[in-house]
Amino acid sequence: MRSRSSNSASPALVLGALGGLIFLHAPIWIIFLYSFTTDEATYTFPLPGFTTKWFGVALQRADLWSALSLSLKVAVVATAAALVLGTLAAAAVYRSNFFGREAISLLLVLPIALPGIVSGIALRSAIGTLDIPFSYWTIVIGHATFCVVTVYNNVLARFRRMQGSLVEASMDLGANSFQTFRHVVLPNIATALVAGGMLAFALSFDEVIVTTFTAGQQSTLPIWIFSQLVRPRDRPVTNVVATIVVLITFLPIFFAQRISASSADTEGETK
Amino acid sequence: MLNRLSTYLYRRPRLVLGLLLGPPLLYFVVVYLGSLFALLLNSFYYLEEFTGLVVRQFTLTTYAKLFTPTNLGIFFRTASMALTVTIADAIIAFPLAYYIARFAPKKIKTYLYIAVTIPLWSSYLVRVYAWKLILAKEGIVSWFFNLFGLQFILDKILSIPVIGGSSLSLSPIGMFIAFCYIWLPYMIVPIQTALERVPKSLLEASSDLGANPAQTFRQVLLPLAFPGVVAGSIFTFSLTLGDFIVPQVLGNSRFFIGQAVYTYQGTAGNIPLAAAFTMGPIVIMIVYLLIARKLGAFDAL
Repeated sequence: MRSRSSNSASPALVLGALGGLIFLHAPIWIIFLYSFTTDEATYTFPLPGFTTKWFGVALQRADLWSALSLSLKVAVVATAAALVLGTLAAAAVYRSNFFGREAISLLLVLPIALPGIVSGIALRSAIGTLDIPFSYWTIVIGHATFCVVTVYNNVLARFRRMQGSLVEASMDLGANSFQTFRHVVLPNIATALVAGGMLAFALSFDEVIVTTFTAGQQSTLPIWIFSQLVRPRDRPVTNVVATIVVLITFLPIFFAQRISASSADTEGETK
Repeated sequence: MLNRLSTYLYRRPRLVLGLLLGPPLLYFVVVYLGSLFALLLNSFYYLEEFTGLVVRQFTLTTYAKLFTPTNLGIFFRTASMALTVTIADAIIAFPLAYYIARFAPKKIKTYLYIAVTIPLWSSYLVRVYAWKLILAKEGIVSWFFNLFGLQFILDKILSIPVIGGSSLSLSPIGMFIAFCYIWLPYMIVPIQTALERVPKSLLEASSDLGANPAQTFRQVLLPLAFPGVVAGSIFTFSLTLGDFIVPQVLGNSRFFIGQAVYTYQGTAGNIPLAAAFTMGPIVIMIVYLLIARKLGAFDAL
């Protein structure tokens, strides 16, 4: 009896892995395909015909533009808040060994670890109990809570990889804390900030569950899509919007993942 | 001036810690923990049926409403869905995670990893929508079955009581497929992490001692990967439990927990009942996390 070499995968395993990968990605391609359909009322496959006119139609829709601009405005401010709060928390946890350090990490992860509906209804209860009117800021505050953790994780991981001696050398050479931060720490964590920020942006731009509870009558792009999914009125336009959303979020996520993956690689090499 | 401030701060690490930690901690304690507290508080209020207003007075009547057969049915239905989705995802995720962890060449590995994690962050809603297209009565799946003259199999599946429906896009089976699809990356990543920690020498030792590959897999690799599976299951289970998008888009009139919460707080304006309902998944998750910790899932995260 000959045992298989441990360096090559069995055909069954390759097939299973490939199947998993296709299952993970093929549905998105189907959405792209459907954004070119001539079919207005159903989801008929094979597509009865191809057209690009729905992209033009979507561009004319005022409701879409206002939803898109609200989503962008929310994502930008929520990301900015996440960058500041996440970096501060990461710096605090990295620098000192204080009581309750583990609890901080747990607290920051909670908004994405708990079922989305819990955070949503919790914020909704607070808004209701305090009689706060729904506004742009209720959405932003909700989004910032679950965006902080992406920045925090990325920056903390980078801090742990950074050599502490760099900071000490800078101080020894006469730089004060602010100069050290500006010229030594910041360049070191810059790409981690970019990666965390882009993930936070994508997360916020795409979020629907918490937003449903904090938006009131306002419509972000995901809320617009959700209303179309429940009561389809403009199917072809929805297909186009879905395609555009995927494209808008794909690039920042892809680059963020590249940054995290490549810095993890260099880490492996120095060991 | 800055130099003096710098020196001043350098001598007071506690103050610096306070300055760093203050803003994020304040934000999370006030906004997030505050909201969770408001949630708990609201679950002890009740809605006056005639006026439709929330009465802010301590009562357990809202909780009592959870124990009607309809509502218990909702909890049971949601938990069973979460459990089946979790098991199915573990099975689908394993080959891909195993391949990435052990066999993928270094260059491809990075891209495979990115291919798995991109869906984690992107277009959740759009990915649910994709299944509405695919599973529609006139969509790809039906077309595929028709192509081979297998329509009768699809009809048979859809006629199964409880999990069937008028079309795949309006049935628990459709929801099940969509849930499996959406949460799959959450299962792949922890399993892959767990598998990567298994030293190669351990597998070689097993085969040196006479185990065939199947035995090595079952008796060495699988037990060591199990904490990863449990870690992944925390996400798949919790996320299915709290989701209302998939049931709303692909489900039928039988409610799931997320939908119930969404509906009660929305049209009915009954935040207390929605809040009490939310305690269901919270309690289920706490129990689940305690079990997961026993099984060593937290070391695999």
